[in-house]
Amino acid sequence: MNRLLMLAPVLTVAALLGPVVAGLVGVLRPALFPVTDGPASLAALHGLLEWPGLGPAVRLSVVTGLAATLLSLAIVIGLVAGWSGTRAFRAASRVLSPLLSMPHAAAAFGLAFLIAPSGWVVRAVAPLAGLDRPPDLPIPGDAGGLALIAGLVAKEVPFLLLMTLAALPQANAEGARTLSATLGYGRMTGWIKTVLPQVYAQIRLPVYVVLAYSMSVVDVAMILGPNTPPPLAVQIVRWMADPALGQRNLAAAGSLLQLALVVGAIGAWRLVELAVAAWGRGWASGGRRGQRDGALRFLALGVAALPALAAGGGLAVLALWSVAGYWAFPMLLPADFTATSWMRHAGGLAGAAGNTALIALAATGVALLLTLGCLEAEHRRRRPITAAGLRLLYLPLLVPQIAFLPGLQVLLLHAGADRGAVPVIAAHLVFVLPYVLLSLGDPWRAWDDRFATVAASLGARPRSVLLRVRLPMLLRPVLTAAAVGMAVSVGQYLPTLLIGGGRVATLTTEAVALASGADRRAIGVFALAQTAAALVPFTLAIALPAWFWRNRRGLHA
Amino acid sequence: MPDGLVLRDLTVHLRGRVVVRMDRRVAPGEVLTVMGPSGIGKSTLLAAITGTLAPGFAASGRIVLNDRDVTALPAHLRRIGILFQDDLLFPHLDVAGNLGFGLAPGGTRKDRRRQIDAALAEVGLTGFGGRDPATLSGGQRARVALMRTLLSQPEALLLDEAFSRLDAARRDRTRRMVFDTARLRGLPVLMVTHDPDDAAAAGGAVATLGNPAD
Repeated sequence: MNRLLMLAPVLTVAALLGPVVAGLVGVLRPALFPVTDGPASLAALHGLLEWPGLGPAVRLSVVTGLAATLLSLAIVIGLVAGWSGTRAFRAASRVLSPLLSMPHAAAAFGLAFLIAPSGWVVRAVAPLAGLDRPPDLPIPGDAGGLALIAGLVAKEVPFLLLMTLAALPQANAEGARTLSATLGYGRMTGWIKTVLPQVYAQIRLPVYVVLAYSMSVVDVAMILGPNTPPPLAVQIVRWMADPALGQRNLAAAGSLLQLALVVGAIGAWRLVELAVAAWGRGWASGGRRGQRDGALRFLALGVAALPALAAGGGLAVLALWSVAGYWAFPMLLPADFTATSWMRHAGGLAGAAGNTALIALAATGVALLLTLGCLEAEHRRRRPITAAGLRLLYLPLLVPQIAFLPGLQVLLLHAGADRGAVPVIAAHLVFVLPYVLLSLGDPWRAWDDRFATVAASLGARPRSVLLRVRLPMLLRPVLTAAAVGMAVSVGQYLPTLLIGGGRVATLTTEAVALASGADRRAIGVFALAQTAAALVPFTLAIALPAWFWRNRRGLHA
Repeated sequence: MPDGLVLRDLTVHLRGRVVVRMDRRVAPGEVLTVMGPSGIGKSTLLAAITGTLAPGFAASGRIVLNDRDVTALPAHLRRIGILFQDDLLFPHLDVAGNLGFGLAPGGTRKDRRRQIDAALAEVGLTGFGGRDPATLSGGQRARVALMRTLLSQPEALLLDEAFSRLDAARRDRTRRMVFDTARLRGLPVLMVTHDPDDAAAAGGAVATLGNPAD
């Protein structure tokens, strides 16, 4: 038992880094040695440079990534600076938090159904504008990637907001707000000058995660991004799927380029951070109070409401399409409702839902065991996680999936281990594990250690303290962490597609596969099912402890 | 004849620096009160005795309990009970569950239930077994916490500001109950407190930390 526990941190590091390192090696080989056992050659890189779409693809990746990150960060800072500590802020955070569990693909489909030429927004204004046909606009899929940026912002604002909320107590935001107000500072200026520097230091890694993710995302880009050419990451997936083997080398070279782009972008972001910080120190001590921020505050609140509206409206329109009978433009609602779409896809839905649940349960179960092992080992050794350990957790989230998953696929292929669900579960674990650990770490460490002292003084051995005292008391955060893990797994597209070799169908892969077609009813069915798969665990994580501890007031939040 | 709790030159170091040192014997049924300003290492001393020192701290010297050297034993084998200023009743268990947690394992379910009921009766809480601890008053919770500790049959009792959260009337009653029970069972008691009234009520020796002569 004890030895097993001490193994947990080692196993965790192996589960996190093993696939990333192996995948990067697996990408380097075909990129630099295009001919098996042949000499090193830059042919693959040359081939990549000769691809005519390279310039636009790279530009799309960089521009959408930077724009989505900058916008998301600005919206979060505006909302928190203008409103933290108010009732409106609590309401806004409550609305935005559940969006976090909505899978990226479902949110992207919902947004597409809202902003498309025949979408809800245009339908709403059609009578006023005198439209009887959808306007001829390339949305979504505009060449500039604006729809893609909007879709990313809608999903990344809730993520950054949650990370910021977690960082606020440590920055003593309430005290700083009172202090700066008594010194005559406006709400926003006061917050940005006193709290933001501390908060940003804590959300820096999540910001980098958003940047790396937004630059290299595949599923959202396939739904909302342009097609000719697509962003680099999508093109790499196309090359991977090409039966011509030479394209694999091209894909590998593309993966390396994508990795370099992300590393370069994070480096550039860091430099800008330093410059802004240097400028900000002068600005903060300049004494300007910024007292008239009323309009700006309401602007910030309004902009922050957009992601919630997009997700809520998107979900509604997805639900409508899934049960729509006849629904012509510019009718706001379908003429009749039918369960035909659900019945037609029932078979595919059931199979995909089963795979989704199996993979999510397995990956989350393993992640939870490793997480509990790590945290308990930390508790017994009484040695808290170091800053380096925390950075290690973020590493799989910072290396773009498209940079190492193709290499991992090739390695598994060579090893003949590319069959079945187990490799897919292991690949999901790489992304589920960091989120489970990050989610459970804080409440686990916030637990009052004196309960352990009391239990031990009553004769309880360490295992008994864990199983009979700590786990029951922390049931709610444990289940929440499990729900986070399930939601992360449900939303995974690339690991399922590449490591499953296209043979493992989940709700996400099925939904994204529909992106190129025009069957809105099928998309509605699968995107809704995907959202439900991510939301049900969260509902259980709230309901189960509430029911279980219904007669235990001390455990109510 | 057991000789109680003996701290033989018990010294706690932090990175080579001495944090706290004590060389005392607490006879069965007696109370040693440890006083001193905050941050002087009173809680660290208790952690050394229970075997739950935080990382970085190291203890030297011996802790001998009724002729049994417990210095190297893990916390759960020392048989040293502790009460904190918070009652720390387990919020997920009912009152009877908390007492059952303290009660040594073994015996039939009926037998255990009888012991728990007797313990509740002893502190005037008959019929409280099924209650959620969060619904009890501060004084009632303190009594349950005491009985939970006593049911584990400790050979010594540590008190870490155990009465400071109670209002004046309850403090006096609870204090008397704890000291009387400890005397009755012959438990050596080491009490850490800020409150001179606690020391007066204990009536035993007082060790003041922060005094180089100690």
